[in-house]
Amino acid sequence: MLHEFGVAVRHQPGLAVLDMRGEINGFASQELSAAYSEAESQNPPTVVLNFSQVSYINSTGIALIVGLLARARQAQRRLAVYGLSDHYQEIFQITRLVDFMTIYPDEVSLLKDPQIQNV
Amino acid sequence: MTMVKLFQKKQDDPIQEVSAEPPPPLELQQPLPAPAQMLDIDILPDDPILAHILKSPEVIEVDRLRLASPALEELRQAGVKLVVPLVSQGELIGLIHIGSRRSEQDYSSDDRRLLNTLSTQAAPALRVAQLARQQQIEARQRERMENELRVARVIQQTLLPKEIPQIQGYALAAHWQPALAVSGDFYDFIPFPDGKLAIIAGDVTDKGVPAALVMATTRSILRSAAERLVYPGAVLEQANNMLCPDIPPNMFVTCLYALLDPSTGIIRYANAGHNLPFQRTLQGVTEMRVRGMPLGLMPEMIYEEKETGIAVGENIVLYSDGLVEAHNPQGEMFGFPRLRELLVIPECGQALIACLMNELNDFTGPGWEQEDDITFVTIERLPLLPVETEAGQILAEFDVPSQPGNELEAMKRVVQAVQPLNLPIDRLERLKTAVAEGTMNAMEHGNRYQIDLPVIVRVILTDDALRVKITDRGGGRPIHEAETPNLEAKLEGLQSPRGWGLFLIKNMVDDMNITNDDIYHTIELVFYLQEDRHAT
Repeated sequence: MLHEFGVAVRHQPGLAVLDMRGEINGFASQELSAAYSEAESQNPPTVVLNFSQVSYINSTGIALIVGLLARARQAQRRLAVYGLSDHYQEIFQITRLVDFMTIYPDEVSLLKDPQIQNV
Repeated sequence: MTMVKLFQKKQDDPIQEVSAEPPPPLELQQPLPAPAQMLDIDILPDDPILAHILKSPEVIEVDRLRLASPALEELRQAGVKLVVPLVSQGELIGLIHIGSRRSEQDYSSDDRRLLNTLSTQAAPALRVAQLARQQQIEARQRERMENELRVARVIQQTLLPKEIPQIQGYALAAHWQPALAVSGDFYDFIPFPDGKLAIIAGDVTDKGVPAALVMATTRSILRSAAERLVYPGAVLEQANNMLCPDIPPNMFVTCLYALLDPSTGIIRYANAGHNLPFQRTLQGVTEMRVRGMPLGLMPEMIYEEKETGIAVGENIVLYSDGLVEAHNPQGEMFGFPRLRELLVIPECGQALIACLMNELNDFTGPGWEQEDDITFVTIERLPLLPVETEAGQILAEFDVPSQPGNELEAMKRVVQAVQPLNLPIDRLERLKTAVAEGTMNAMEHGNRYQIDLPVIVRVILTDDALRVKITDRGGGRPIHEAETPNLEAKLEGLQSPRGWGLFLIKNMVDDMNITNDDIYHTIELVFYLQEDRHAT
């Protein structure tokens, strides 16, 4: 079975965006971690996870996101996400990930948020 | 005229001559002398000048030496006046030939002394250069051979089964570990249209490339014989007759050919001198005795055939010499009795093979150089699934091998099975996540990612609910309750970020039931059909 995961990093003023696509599971671990390090390299106050092209997240994927959140908190960085389907928004609520990150419907609404802009 | 002639000795070869740049001429007077020339004079091994040089490795005045030597005569005719032997560690490695002086005077004793000094210094340096060159050549040859062996290994691996057959009610496993880059051991599975499966384990005498070539031939012969013949004895008989005319002298092949009928558990088998397989029955471990000569020794041999039944929970192990003939540092052999004793352990398949390899490592100690190829094939008959007592319509029943990523396969098949129910999208998404997580749990915790242990999935529609039962082989262990993960502790690094599976499942389903017996562990995911019973 082909396990598809890809991620690209975009640096913008005040934030870095991880554009992810495919399946977030154990196979995505190394690539996701390397992309996060790349996102952190310019020391942005906010790191954004873009889930709009993500088709599947399993419990190992959740653990990877918890790991990224832990890294962000340690560096006193904000973690924001957008593009989650209704189902995965529900999973982020069940797992209480929403208590530690802000969920936006899309990139436009994220960029409009004064909290993000004021950085 | 100055000329150097070098000799380089190759193993098992007569003296081989090579040339090198000549040293500078002895007399550097203007005008510069003509460049040195190479004299092509062969010195035969019985030429007395060789003995003379080795006895007295000093400058030879060609015109004064009286010796019945063809080489000396040739040197004289070529105008050579002095010959300076280059001897290193008692071996003649070259000669410097020197013609007449430009002044036409004879060479003085000082000249000869100088040349002798030159020879004692140049000879070891030349020897070192020769050895370095020889090593370079050998290193290149070694590299080429290693490359060829790598390719041979890849080719040989393509001759082994690419995957283990999945047979309902049975678990098969195999392990192949060559002692060298390539091996004389092999195993094979040949499925037949009537559902039967031939299981073959073989061992060619010797190892390395010769054994690998015979292995490839034997495999093809066995496959072609198995296509036309049903009975194991007849297959071995024909393979033997085909192999005999072509197999190199002093080589032969041992081979066990077993034919499993999965519907009855009957195994019919014949043996061409291979190690007798062990069968672990409920009463203990027995040898599957049957007689037959190895393949390729004598044509027209008849192979005895026997039959055994493999009952639920029983296990058969085929193995090659590499395990039982391994030695420990004290020279003691691993042996058949030790293997037989080990086979009482409850492990099966890859877990059993891993146990046996661990025992071998403990026995041989660290730094053991594997003496022979090691191969195992195991056949286990799985216990029957728990009997389904409840009423309901089975929408799907399938299994997936325990391999990371296969939860997606299970998820897709369940989605396909429930398509007629037209579940609302949110219910379907919850079902997908629950099935994927349940399957992952079963593969990881129940079957410990042993690829030969399948996860069995049943999708059942009852009057009140859709039920998905996911069964693994993790029975006999305590059942874990779904706990709410402590996210704060995970974020502080006090707990592993993992551990969400069971918690997620519990939150996706309306109800969850976990059952355990001695063998199986089953998680039942319940989705009620009536809206008022849905979880929120």
